[in-house]
Amino acid sequence: MTCLPEAVPGQKKLGLVIDLDTCVGCHACAVNCKEWNASGHSGPLTDYQNTSDGVWFNRVHTFEAGEGETSRTVNFPRSCLHCEEPACVTVCPTGASYKRAEDGIVLVNADTCIGCKLCSWACPYGAREFDEDDGVMKKCTLCVDKIYNDNLPEADRVPACVATCPSHARHFGDLGDPNSDVSILVAERGGYGLMPELGYKPVNRYLPPRPRRNGAPAPLAAASSSCGSDEAISLLDLAMKKPDGKGSAFLRWADRVLSR
Amino acid sequence: MHPALSVIVFTTATGAGYGLLIWSGLLSAFSATPAERVVALVTLATALLLVTLGLMSSTLHLGRPERAWRALSQWRTSWLSREGLAAIATYVPATLLGLAWIVSPEPGLAAVLLGVVTACCAVVTIYCTAMIYASLKTVHQWRNQYVVPNYFALGLYCGALLFAALLHLLGHGEPLVDGVAAVAGLVALGGKLAYWRFISTTRHESTPESATGLGGIGKVRLFEAPHTEENYLMREMGFTIARRHADKLRKLVVLALFGAPIVLMLISLLLGGLPAGVAVLIAVLSAGAGVMVERWLFFAEAKHTVMLYYGARTA
Repeated sequence: MTCLPEAVPGQKKLGLVIDLDTCVGCHACAVNCKEWNASGHSGPLTDYQNTSDGVWFNRVHTFEAGEGETSRTVNFPRSCLHCEEPACVTVCPTGASYKRAEDGIVLVNADTCIGCKLCSWACPYGAREFDEDDGVMKKCTLCVDKIYNDNLPEADRVPACVATCPSHARHFGDLGDPNSDVSILVAERGGYGLMPELGYKPVNRYLPPRPRRNGAPAPLAAASSSCGSDEAISLLDLAMKKPDGKGSAFLRWADRVLSR
Repeated sequence: MHPALSVIVFTTATGAGYGLLIWSGLLSAFSATPAERVVALVTLATALLLVTLGLMSSTLHLGRPERAWRALSQWRTSWLSREGLAAIATYVPATLLGLAWIVSPEPGLAAVLLGVVTACCAVVTIYCTAMIYASLKTVHQWRNQYVVPNYFALGLYCGALLFAALLHLLGHGEPLVDGVAAVAGLVALGGKLAYWRFISTTRHESTPESATGLGGIGKVRLFEAPHTEENYLMREMGFTIARRHADKLRKLVVLALFGAPIVLMLISLLLGGLPAGVAVLIAVLSAGAGVMVERWLFFAEAKHTVMLYYGARTA
Protein backbone atom coordinates (compact mmCIF):
# COMPACT_ATOMS: atom_id res chain seq x y z
CA MET A 1 0.00 0.00 0.00
CA THR A 2 1.50 3.29 -1.06
CA CYS A 3 -0.28 5.36 1.56
CA LEU A 4 2.34 6.23 4.15
CA PRO A 5 2.01 4.85 7.66
CA GLU A 6 0.57 7.38 10.06
CA ALA A 7 3.30 9.31 11.87
CA VAL A 8 3.24 8.68 15.61
CA PRO A 9 5.39 10.36 18.27
CA GLY A 10 8.41 8.26 19.23
CA GLN A 11 8.17 6.36 15.96
CA LYS A 12 11.13 4.11 15.29
CA LYS A 13 13.16 5.54 12.41
CA LEU A 14 16.02 3.25 11.50
CA GLY A 15 18.66 4.95 9.44
CA LEU A 16 22.30 5.71 8.83
CA VAL A 17 24.54 8.50 10.05
CA ILE A 18 27.44 9.11 7.67
CA ASP A 19 30.49 10.99 8.87
CA LEU A 20 31.88 13.08 6.01
CA ASP A 21 34.85 13.98 8.19
CA THR A 22 36.21 10.47 8.51
CA CYS A 23 35.02 8.87 5.27
CA VAL A 24 38.14 8.06 3.28
CA GLY A 25 36.30 7.26 0.05
CA CYS A 26 37.50 3.65 -0.14
CA HIS A 27 34.19 2.35 -1.57
CA ALA A 28 34.28 -0.60 0.86
CA CYS A 29 30.69 0.22 1.91
CA ALA A 30 29.55 0.09 -1.71
CA VAL A 31 31.36 -3.19 -2.33
CA ASN A 32 30.17 -4.93 0.81
CA CYS A 33 26.64 -3.66 0.15
CA LYS A 34 26.76 -5.23 -3.30
CA GLU A 35 28.22 -8.42 -1.83
CA TRP A 36 25.46 -8.83 0.74
CA ASN A 37 22.53 -7.70 -1.36
CA ALA A 38 23.44 -9.67 -4.47
CA SER A 39 22.40 -12.78 -2.57
CA GLY A 40 19.85 -11.45 -0.08
CA HIS A 41 16.39 -9.87 -0.12
CA SER A 42 16.99 -8.11 -3.47
CA GLY A 43 19.33 -10.59 -5.11
CA PRO A 44 20.51 -11.30 -7.66
CA LEU A 45 21.58 -7.83 -8.77
CA THR A 46 22.44 -7.08 -12.38
CA ASP A 47 26.15 -6.82 -12.81
CA TYR A 48 28.93 -6.39 -15.30
CA GLN A 49 28.19 -8.07 -18.59
CA ASN A 50 29.32 -6.21 -21.68
CA THR A 51 29.67 -2.83 -20.04
CA SER A 52 30.64 -1.84 -16.52
CA ASP A 53 27.06 -1.50 -15.49
CA GLY A 54 24.93 -2.84 -12.72
CA VAL A 55 22.68 -2.15 -9.77
CA TRP A 56 24.37 -0.72 -6.69
CA PHE A 57 22.59 0.64 -3.63
CA ASN A 58 25.56 2.66 -2.50
CA ARG A 59 27.61 5.08 -4.57
CA VAL A 60 30.59 7.04 -3.27
CA HIS A 61 31.04 10.46 -4.86
CA THR A 62 33.87 12.88 -4.12
CA PHE A 63 33.18 16.60 -4.06
CA GLU A 64 35.28 19.69 -3.69
CA ALA A 65 33.78 22.54 -1.73
CA GLY A 66 35.09 26.09 -1.47
CA GLU A 67 38.14 27.71 -3.03
CA GLY A 68 41.82 27.88 -2.14
CA GLU A 69 43.10 27.04 1.31
CA THR A 70 39.70 26.88 2.90
CA SER A 71 38.45 24.37 0.33
CA ARG A 72 37.79 20.76 1.26
CA THR A 73 37.71 17.53 -0.64
CA VAL A 74 34.87 15.46 0.75
CA ASN A 75 34.06 11.84 0.08
CA PHE A 76 30.32 11.50 -0.09
CA PRO A 77 28.57 8.10 0.11
CA ARG A 78 25.05 8.28 -1.33
CA SER A 79 22.31 5.73 -0.64
CA CYS A 80 18.61 5.61 0.23
CA LEU A 81 17.79 8.06 3.04
CA HIS A 82 14.59 6.19 4.07
CA CYS A 83 12.62 9.44 4.04
CA GLU A 84 9.78 10.02 6.46
CA GLU A 85 7.63 11.23 3.57
CA PRO A 86 9.04 9.42 0.55
CA ALA A 87 7.53 10.46 -2.79
CA CYS A 88 8.97 7.28 -4.32
CA VAL A 89 6.39 5.35 -2.28
CA THR A 90 3.34 7.53 -2.91
CA VAL A 91 3.84 7.69 -6.70
CA CYS A 92 4.01 3.90 -6.97
CA PRO A 93 0.90 2.75 -8.87
CA THR A 94 1.04 -0.86 -7.69
CA GLY A 95 1.78 -0.74 -3.98
CA ALA A 96 5.07 -2.55 -4.58
CA SER A 97 6.90 0.36 -2.92
CA TYR A 98 6.10 0.73 0.73
CA LYS A 99 7.33 2.22 3.96
CA ARG A 100 7.28 -0.08 6.97
CA ALA A 101 5.31 1.25 9.90
CA GLU A 102 7.40 -0.62 12.45
CA ASP A 103 10.83 0.82 11.62
CA GLY A 104 10.45 3.22 8.71
CA ILE A 105 12.45 1.18 6.21
CA VAL A 106 11.43 1.86 2.59
CA LEU A 107 11.26 -1.34 0.54
CA VAL A 108 10.19 -2.61 -2.87
CA ASN A 109 8.25 -5.83 -3.33
CA ALA A 110 9.96 -7.36 -6.36
CA ASP A 111 7.01 -9.72 -6.89
CA THR A 112 4.52 -6.93 -7.60
CA CYS A 113 6.72 -4.18 -9.06
CA ILE A 114 5.82 -3.53 -12.72
CA GLY A 115 9.05 -1.68 -13.47
CA CYS A 116 7.42 1.63 -14.51
CA LYS A 117 10.42 3.52 -13.09
CA LEU A 118 8.24 6.37 -11.81
CA CYS A 119 9.64 5.94 -8.28
CA SER A 120 13.16 6.56 -9.58
CA TRP A 121 11.89 9.75 -11.21
CA ALA A 122 10.31 10.82 -7.92
CA CYS A 123 13.41 10.24 -5.76
CA PRO A 124 15.60 13.35 -5.76
CA TYR A 125 18.56 11.45 -4.30
CA GLY A 126 18.97 8.76 -6.94
CA ALA A 127 18.45 5.98 -4.41
CA ARG A 128 16.64 3.63 -6.78
CA GLU A 129 18.20 1.73 -9.61
CA PHE A 130 16.37 -0.32 -12.19
CA ASP A 131 17.38 -3.96 -12.58
CA GLU A 132 17.31 -4.58 -16.34
CA ASP A 133 17.48 -8.36 -15.88
CA ASP A 134 14.60 -8.61 -13.42
CA GLY A 135 12.58 -5.74 -14.93
CA VAL A 136 11.93 -4.34 -11.45
CA MET A 137 13.19 -1.47 -9.33
CA LYS A 138 15.70 -2.13 -6.56
CA LYS A 139 17.01 -0.09 -3.68
CA CYS A 140 18.79 -0.11 -0.33
CA THR A 141 16.91 -2.29 2.15
CA LEU A 142 18.98 -1.10 5.12
CA CYS A 143 19.98 -4.79 5.06
CA VAL A 144 16.58 -5.74 6.44
CA ASP A 145 17.62 -9.39 6.02
CA LYS A 146 20.71 -8.81 8.18
CA ILE A 147 19.73 -6.43 10.95
CA TYR A 148 16.94 -8.73 12.18
CA ASN A 149 18.73 -11.99 11.41
CA ASP A 150 18.72 -14.22 14.50
CA ASN A 151 21.27 -16.52 12.89
CA LEU A 152 23.90 -13.84 13.18
CA PRO A 153 25.71 -12.80 16.35
CA GLU A 154 24.12 -9.66 17.70
CA ALA A 155 27.17 -7.53 16.92
CA ASP A 156 26.81 -8.40 13.23
CA ARG A 157 23.19 -7.27 13.00
CA VAL A 158 24.04 -3.98 11.33
CA PRO A 159 23.85 -3.05 7.64
CA ALA A 160 26.72 -4.43 5.55
CA CYS A 161 28.01 -0.92 4.73
CA VAL A 162 28.27 -0.08 8.44
CA ALA A 163 29.90 -3.38 9.34
CA THR A 164 32.65 -2.99 6.78
CA CYS A 165 33.54 0.69 7.04
CA PRO A 166 37.24 0.77 8.01
CA SER A 167 37.17 4.40 9.15
CA HIS A 168 34.06 4.08 11.28
CA ALA A 169 32.33 6.72 9.18
CA ARG A 170 28.99 4.92 9.09
CA HIS A 171 26.67 4.50 12.04
CA PHE A 172 23.35 2.71 12.25
CA GLY A 173 20.52 3.14 14.73
CA ASP A 174 17.13 4.55 15.61
CA LEU A 175 17.01 8.23 14.68
CA GLY A 176 13.48 8.46 16.06
CA ASP A 177 14.80 7.96 19.60
CA PRO A 178 16.47 11.19 20.79
CA ASN A 179 18.56 9.20 23.29
CA SER A 180 20.01 6.70 20.86
CA ASP A 181 23.75 6.77 20.14
CA VAL A 182 23.16 7.95 16.58
CA SER A 183 20.78 10.74 17.66
CA ILE A 184 23.31 11.95 20.23
CA LEU A 185 26.05 11.84 17.60
CA VAL A 186 23.90 13.86 15.20
CA ALA A 187 23.13 16.42 17.89
CA GLU A 188 26.81 16.75 18.89
CA ARG A 189 28.17 17.07 15.39
CA GLY A 190 25.39 19.09 13.78
CA GLY A 191 24.22 16.31 11.47
CA TYR A 192 21.96 17.37 8.63
CA GLY A 193 19.62 15.93 6.00
CA LEU A 194 20.03 16.36 2.24
CA MET A 195 17.89 18.72 0.15
CA PRO A 196 15.59 19.61 3.05
CA GLU A 197 13.87 22.15 0.76
CA LEU A 198 12.05 19.33 -1.02
CA GLY A 199 10.24 18.31 2.14
CA TYR A 200 10.72 14.54 2.00
CA LYS A 201 12.24 14.54 5.49
CA PRO A 202 15.13 12.15 4.94
CA VAL A 203 15.96 10.06 8.03
CA ASN A 204 19.65 9.49 7.27
CA ARG A 205 21.96 12.19 8.54
CA TYR A 206 25.33 13.44 7.32
CA LEU A 207 27.94 14.74 9.75
CA PRO A 208 29.80 17.74 8.27
CA PRO A 209 33.62 17.75 7.99
CA ARG A 210 35.14 19.12 11.21
CA PRO A 211 36.84 22.52 10.99
CA ARG A 212 40.49 22.21 10.04
CA ARG A 213 42.83 22.14 13.02
CA ASN A 214 45.85 23.88 11.50
CA GLY A 215 44.24 26.29 9.11
CA ALA A 216 41.35 27.33 11.27
CA PRO A 217 42.06 31.03 11.91
CA ALA A 218 40.78 32.82 8.85
CA PRO A 219 43.11 35.89 9.02
CA LEU A 220 46.14 33.59 9.07
CA ALA A 221 44.87 31.71 6.09
CA ALA A 222 44.52 35.01 4.25
CA ALA A 223 47.99 36.21 5.33
CA SER A 224 49.74 33.05 4.17
CA SER A 225 48.09 33.06 0.80
CA SER A 226 51.48 33.56 -0.86
CA CYS A 227 52.30 29.95 0.00
CA GLY A 228 51.16 27.42 -2.54
CA SER A 229 47.74 26.25 -1.56
CA ASP A 230 48.86 22.63 -1.64
CA GLU A 231 51.69 23.35 0.84
CA ALA A 232 50.90 22.56 4.44
CA ILE A 233 51.27 25.40 6.90
CA SER A 234 54.13 24.46 9.17
CA LEU A 235 54.47 25.43 12.77
CA LEU A 236 57.48 27.50 11.75
CA ASP A 237 55.28 29.57 9.51
CA LEU A 238 53.09 30.17 12.49
CA ALA A 239 56.06 31.18 14.61
CA MET A 240 57.56 33.54 12.07
CA LYS A 241 54.28 35.29 11.50
CA LYS A 242 53.49 35.77 15.16
CA PRO A 243 53.82 39.53 15.62
CA ASP A 244 55.29 39.53 19.16
CA GLY A 245 57.68 36.63 18.53
CA LYS A 246 56.86 35.06 21.94
CA GLY A 247 57.17 31.32 22.04
CA SER A 248 58.88 31.26 18.69
CA ALA A 249 61.90 29.30 19.99
CA PHE A 250 59.59 26.54 21.25
CA LEU A 251 57.73 26.49 17.98
CA ARG A 252 60.97 26.36 15.96
CA TRP A 253 62.05 23.37 18.04
CA ALA A 254 58.64 21.73 17.68
CA ASP A 255 58.72 22.33 13.97
CA ARG A 256 62.16 20.69 13.67
CA VAL A 257 61.04 17.67 15.68
CA LEU A 258 57.81 17.23 13.81
CA SER A 259 59.46 17.68 10.44
CA ARG A 260 61.88 14.76 10.94
CA MET B 1 15.10 12.92 -18.60
CA HIS B 2 15.38 10.10 -21.13
CA PRO B 3 12.81 10.56 -23.91
CA ALA B 4 11.53 6.98 -24.27
CA LEU B 5 9.63 6.45 -27.53
CA SER B 6 6.96 4.36 -25.80
CA VAL B 7 6.16 7.20 -23.39
CA ILE B 8 6.20 9.83 -26.15
CA VAL B 9 3.72 7.76 -28.18
CA PHE B 10 1.66 7.12 -25.05
CA THR B 11 1.27 10.78 -24.08
CA THR B 12 0.81 12.16 -27.61
CA ALA B 13 -1.60 9.47 -28.86
CA THR B 14 -3.74 9.49 -25.73
CA GLY B 15 -3.63 13.31 -25.63
CA ALA B 16 -4.94 13.57 -29.19
CA GLY B 17 -7.36 10.67 -28.60
CA TYR B 18 -8.91 12.17 -25.47
CA GLY B 19 -8.97 15.59 -27.15
CA LEU B 20 -10.91 14.10 -30.07
CA LEU B 21 -13.14 12.27 -27.59
CA ILE B 22 -13.99 15.57 -25.91
CA TRP B 23 -15.02 17.17 -29.22
CA SER B 24 -16.89 14.03 -30.27
CA GLY B 25 -18.70 13.86 -26.93
CA LEU B 26 -19.71 17.50 -27.21
CA LEU B 27 -20.99 16.89 -30.75
CA SER B 28 -23.18 14.04 -29.50
CA ALA B 29 -24.36 16.12 -26.56
CA PHE B 30 -25.31 19.23 -28.49
CA SER B 31 -26.15 18.01 -31.96
CA ALA B 32 -27.61 14.50 -31.70
CA THR B 33 -29.36 14.54 -35.08
CA PRO B 34 -29.48 11.68 -37.62
CA ALA B 35 -27.23 13.75 -39.93
CA GLU B 36 -24.41 13.52 -37.37
CA ARG B 37 -24.67 9.78 -36.82
CA VAL B 38 -21.77 8.75 -39.06
CA VAL B 39 -19.56 11.61 -37.89
CA ALA B 40 -20.22 10.80 -34.24
CA LEU B 41 -19.42 7.12 -34.72
CA VAL B 42 -16.29 7.68 -36.81
CA THR B 43 -14.82 10.30 -34.46
CA LEU B 44 -15.64 8.13 -31.46
CA ALA B 45 -14.03 5.06 -33.00
CA THR B 46 -10.92 6.99 -34.09
CA ALA B 47 -10.54 8.53 -30.64
CA LEU B 48 -10.81 5.14 -28.90
CA LEU B 49 -8.35 3.63 -31.38
CA LEU B 50 -5.79 6.35 -30.65
CA VAL B 51 -6.31 6.06 -26.91
CA THR B 52 -5.95 2.29 -27.04
CA LEU B 53 -2.76 2.48 -29.11
CA GLY B 54 -1.35 5.03 -26.66
CA LEU B 55 -2.19 2.93 -23.60
CA MET B 56 -0.71 -0.17 -25.19
CA SER B 57 2.44 1.77 -25.99
CA SER B 58 2.72 2.84 -22.35
CA THR B 59 2.98 -0.80 -21.26
CA LEU B 60 6.05 -1.20 -23.49
CA HIS B 61 7.84 1.12 -21.06
CA LEU B 62 7.32 -1.36 -18.21
CA GLY B 63 9.93 -3.81 -17.06
CA ARG B 64 7.11 -6.27 -16.33
CA PRO B 65 4.24 -5.51 -18.75
CA GLU B 66 2.38 -8.68 -17.71
CA ARG B 67 1.82 -7.13 -14.29
CA ALA B 68 0.37 -3.87 -15.71
CA TRP B 69 -3.03 -4.59 -14.14
CA ARG B 70 -1.51 -4.02 -10.71
CA ALA B 71 -1.09 -0.33 -11.58
CA LEU B 72 -4.82 0.22 -11.00
CA SER B 73 -4.69 -0.34 -7.26
CA GLN B 74 -3.05 2.75 -5.72
CA TRP B 75 -5.38 5.51 -6.87
CA ARG B 76 -5.33 7.05 -3.40
CA THR B 77 -1.79 8.38 -3.79
CA SER B 78 -0.50 7.70 -7.30
CA TRP B 79 -1.34 9.85 -10.35
CA LEU B 80 -0.17 7.02 -12.59
CA SER B 81 -2.70 4.71 -10.97
CA ARG B 82 -5.42 7.36 -11.26
CA GLU B 83 -4.55 7.83 -14.92
CA GLY B 84 -4.97 4.12 -15.55
CA LEU B 85 -8.33 4.00 -13.80
CA ALA B 86 -9.61 7.14 -15.51
CA ALA B 87 -8.49 5.80 -18.88
CA ILE B 88 -10.36 2.53 -18.37
CA ALA B 89 -13.41 4.28 -16.89
CA THR B 90 -13.63 6.48 -19.99
CA TYR B 91 -14.20 3.42 -22.17
CA VAL B 92 -17.55 2.80 -20.44
CA PRO B 93 -19.50 5.97 -21.39
CA ALA B 94 -17.65 6.17 -24.74
CA THR B 95 -18.66 2.61 -25.65
CA LEU B 96 -22.24 3.18 -24.46
CA LEU B 97 -22.37 6.37 -26.53
CA GLY B 98 -21.25 4.41 -29.57
CA LEU B 99 -23.91 1.76 -28.88
CA ALA B 100 -26.57 4.46 -28.51
CA TRP B 101 -25.68 5.82 -31.95
CA ILE B 102 -25.63 2.32 -33.46
CA VAL B 103 -29.02 1.39 -31.99
CA SER B 104 -30.77 4.63 -32.85
CA PRO B 105 -30.16 7.33 -35.47
CA GLU B 106 -31.60 9.79 -32.99
CA PRO B 107 -30.43 8.77 -29.50
CA GLY B 108 -31.70 11.99 -27.92
CA LEU B 109 -31.20 12.28 -24.17
CA ALA B 110 -28.92 9.21 -24.09
CA ALA B 111 -26.49 10.94 -26.46
CA VAL B 112 -26.66 14.15 -24.46
CA LEU B 113 -25.88 12.43 -21.15
CA LEU B 114 -23.31 9.98 -22.47
CA GLY B 115 -21.68 12.67 -24.59
CA VAL B 116 -21.21 14.95 -21.59
CA VAL B 117 -19.98 12.08 -19.37
CA THR B 118 -17.54 10.89 -22.04
CA ALA B 119 -16.13 14.39 -22.47
CA CYS B 120 -15.79 14.79 -18.69
CA CYS B 121 -14.01 11.45 -18.33
CA ALA B 122 -11.61 12.44 -21.11
CA VAL B 123 -10.89 15.74 -19.34
CA VAL B 124 -10.15 13.90 -16.09
CA THR B 125 -7.84 11.43 -17.87
CA ILE B 126 -5.82 14.19 -19.57
CA TYR B 127 -5.51 15.89 -16.18
CA CYS B 128 -4.21 12.68 -14.55
CA THR B 129 -1.68 12.14 -17.35
CA ALA B 130 -0.36 15.68 -16.93
CA MET B 131 -0.22 15.30 -13.15
CA ILE B 132 2.07 12.23 -13.42
CA TYR B 133 4.69 14.76 -14.54
CA ALA B 134 3.47 17.91 -12.81
CA SER B 135 3.54 16.20 -9.40
CA LEU B 136 7.27 15.37 -9.48
CA LYS B 137 9.14 17.86 -7.30
CA THR B 138 12.42 16.48 -8.61
CA VAL B 139 11.97 17.94 -12.09
CA HIS B 140 11.61 21.72 -12.25
CA GLN B 141 10.64 21.66 -15.95
CA TRP B 142 7.66 19.45 -15.13
CA ARG B 143 6.46 20.69 -11.78
CA ASN B 144 5.14 24.10 -12.74
CA GLN B 145 1.87 25.79 -13.53
CA TYR B 146 2.34 25.47 -17.30
CA VAL B 147 2.40 21.70 -17.65
CA VAL B 148 -1.27 20.85 -17.00
CA PRO B 149 -2.66 23.69 -19.19
CA ASN B 150 -0.22 22.65 -21.93
CA TYR B 151 -1.41 19.04 -21.84
CA PHE B 152 -5.02 20.23 -22.12
CA ALA B 153 -4.28 22.77 -24.84
CA LEU B 154 -2.30 20.30 -26.94
CA GLY B 155 -4.85 17.50 -26.44
CA LEU B 156 -7.76 19.73 -27.45
CA TYR B 157 -5.81 21.21 -30.36
CA CYS B 158 -4.68 17.84 -31.78
CA GLY B 159 -8.20 16.49 -31.19
CA ALA B 160 -9.73 19.48 -33.02
CA LEU B 161 -7.40 18.98 -36.00
CA LEU B 162 -8.36 15.31 -36.19
CA PHE B 163 -12.02 16.19 -35.82
CA ALA B 164 -11.79 18.71 -38.68
CA ALA B 165 -9.90 16.23 -40.86
CA LEU B 166 -12.44 13.45 -40.25
CA LEU B 167 -15.29 15.84 -41.10
CA HIS B 168 -13.59 16.69 -44.40
CA LEU B 169 -12.95 13.00 -45.13
CA LEU B 170 -16.64 12.27 -44.59
CA GLY B 171 -17.61 15.15 -46.85
CA HIS B 172 -19.03 17.14 -43.94
CA GLY B 173 -16.31 19.85 -43.93
CA GLU B 174 -17.37 22.44 -41.39
CA PRO B 175 -15.75 25.92 -41.41
CA LEU B 176 -16.64 26.41 -37.75
CA VAL B 177 -14.61 23.33 -36.75
CA ASP B 178 -11.67 24.40 -38.94
CA GLY B 179 -11.81 27.79 -37.24
CA VAL B 180 -11.97 26.24 -33.76
CA ALA B 181 -8.92 24.11 -34.56
CA ALA B 182 -6.97 27.18 -35.70
CA VAL B 183 -7.89 29.10 -32.55
CA ALA B 184 -7.02 26.09 -30.35
CA GLY B 185 -3.66 26.00 -32.12
CA LEU B 186 -2.99 29.65 -31.34
CA VAL B 187 -3.89 29.11 -27.67
CA ALA B 188 -1.66 26.02 -27.44
CA LEU B 189 1.19 27.92 -29.13
CA GLY B 190 0.85 30.70 -26.57
CA GLY B 191 0.97 28.16 -23.74
CA LYS B 192 4.03 26.42 -25.16
CA LEU B 193 5.92 29.70 -25.66
CA ALA B 194 5.14 30.73 -22.09
CA TYR B 195 6.38 27.32 -20.85
CA TRP B 196 9.63 27.63 -22.79
CA ARG B 197 10.23 31.12 -21.44
CA PHE B 198 9.57 29.83 -17.92
CA ILE B 199 12.03 26.93 -18.13
CA SER B 200 14.75 29.03 -19.72
CA THR B 201 14.53 31.78 -17.08
CA THR B 202 14.06 29.75 -13.88
CA ARG B 203 15.92 26.95 -12.12
CA HIS B 204 15.18 24.26 -9.57
CA GLU B 205 15.60 25.52 -6.03
CA SER B 206 17.99 22.67 -5.21
CA THR B 207 21.70 23.09 -5.93
CA PRO B 208 24.85 20.96 -5.52
CA GLU B 209 25.25 22.83 -2.23
CA SER B 210 21.86 21.79 -0.86
CA ALA B 211 22.21 18.30 -2.35
CA THR B 212 25.44 17.67 -0.45
CA GLY B 213 24.90 20.04 2.48
CA LEU B 214 28.47 21.29 1.93
CA GLY B 215 27.43 24.79 0.87
CA GLY B 216 28.71 26.18 4.17
CA ILE B 217 32.28 25.52 3.02
CA GLY B 218 31.77 27.11 -0.38
CA LYS B 219 30.72 26.33 -3.90
CA VAL B 220 30.46 22.56 -4.43
CA ARG B 221 31.74 20.78 -7.52
CA LEU B 222 32.13 17.12 -8.40
CA PHE B 223 35.74 15.99 -8.04
CA GLU B 224 35.30 12.32 -8.79
CA ALA B 225 32.25 10.38 -9.92
CA PRO B 226 31.43 7.09 -8.15
CA HIS B 227 31.84 5.09 -11.34
CA THR B 228 33.52 5.43 -14.71
CA GLU B 229 30.65 4.20 -16.88
CA GLU B 230 27.09 5.45 -17.15
CA ASN B 231 24.65 3.80 -14.77
CA TYR B 232 20.85 3.62 -14.83
CA LEU B 233 20.53 6.99 -13.10
CA MET B 234 22.68 8.77 -15.66
CA ARG B 235 20.93 7.14 -18.62
CA GLU B 236 17.40 7.68 -17.32
CA MET B 237 17.77 11.00 -15.49
CA GLY B 238 20.89 12.45 -17.07
CA PHE B 239 19.72 12.79 -20.66
CA THR B 240 20.76 16.25 -21.79
CA ILE B 241 20.31 18.03 -25.04
CA ALA B 242 22.62 20.75 -26.32
CA ARG B 243 21.02 24.16 -26.11
CA ARG B 244 21.51 24.86 -29.81
CA HIS B 245 19.74 21.61 -30.73
CA ALA B 246 16.93 22.47 -28.38
CA ASP B 247 16.57 25.86 -30.06
CA LYS B 248 16.40 24.24 -33.49
CA LEU B 249 13.87 21.67 -32.35
CA ARG B 250 11.74 24.34 -30.70
CA LYS B 251 11.63 26.17 -34.03
CA LEU B 252 10.66 22.92 -35.72
CA VAL B 253 7.82 22.47 -33.20
CA VAL B 254 6.59 26.01 -33.77
CA LEU B 255 6.60 25.38 -37.50
CA ALA B 256 5.29 21.80 -37.76
CA LEU B 257 2.94 21.66 -34.77
CA PHE B 258 1.58 25.19 -34.86
CA GLY B 259 2.56 27.40 -37.81
CA ALA B 260 1.89 25.10 -40.76
CA PRO B 261 -1.34 23.51 -39.44
CA ILE B 262 -2.84 26.86 -38.39
CA VAL B 263 -2.10 28.39 -41.80
CA LEU B 264 -3.46 25.28 -43.52
CA MET B 265 -6.68 25.45 -41.48
CA LEU B 266 -7.11 29.08 -42.52
CA ILE B 267 -6.47 28.11 -46.15
CA SER B 268 -9.11 25.37 -45.89
CA LEU B 269 -11.55 27.96 -44.53
CA LEU B 270 -10.98 30.08 -47.64
CA LEU B 271 -10.97 27.28 -50.21
CA GLY B 272 -13.66 24.80 -49.19
CA GLY B 273 -14.35 21.56 -51.03
CA LEU B 274 -11.64 19.03 -51.92
CA PRO B 275 -8.64 21.42 -51.64
CA ALA B 276 -9.77 22.24 -48.12
CA GLY B 277 -9.82 18.53 -47.27
CA VAL B 278 -6.29 18.06 -48.61
CA ALA B 279 -5.06 21.09 -46.64
CA VAL B 280 -6.55 19.75 -43.41
CA LEU B 281 -5.04 16.30 -43.94
CA ILE B 282 -1.60 17.83 -44.45
CA ALA B 283 -2.21 19.88 -41.30
CA VAL B 284 -2.90 16.70 -39.29
CA LEU B 285 0.25 14.96 -40.58
CA SER B 286 2.40 18.01 -39.85
CA ALA B 287 0.96 18.41 -36.36
CA GLY B 288 1.41 14.70 -35.68
CA ALA B 289 5.13 14.94 -36.43
CA GLY B 290 5.35 18.24 -34.56
CA VAL B 291 3.71 16.97 -31.38
CA MET B 292 6.14 14.03 -31.25
CA VAL B 293 9.05 16.46 -31.36
CA GLU B 294 7.33 18.66 -28.76
CA ARG B 295 6.96 15.70 -26.38
CA TRP B 296 10.52 14.56 -27.05
CA LEU B 297 11.69 18.02 -25.99
CA PHE B 298 9.42 17.91 -22.93
CA PHE B 299 11.54 14.99 -21.73
CA ALA B 300 14.92 15.98 -23.17
CA GLU B 301 14.80 19.45 -21.62
CA ALA B 302 13.71 18.14 -18.21
CA LYS B 303 16.51 18.01 -15.65
CA HIS B 304 16.45 15.82 -12.56
CA THR B 305 17.92 16.77 -9.18
CA VAL B 306 19.94 13.53 -8.98
CA MET B 307 22.28 14.96 -11.61
CA LEU B 308 23.37 17.53 -9.05
CA TYR B 309 25.35 14.63 -7.57
CA TYR B 310 26.90 13.96 -10.97
CA GLY B 311 28.31 17.38 -11.72
CA ALA B 312 25.26 19.37 -12.87
CA ARG B 313 25.37 22.97 -11.57
CA THR B 314 21.60 23.41 -11.81
CA ALA B 315 18.51 21.28 -12.17
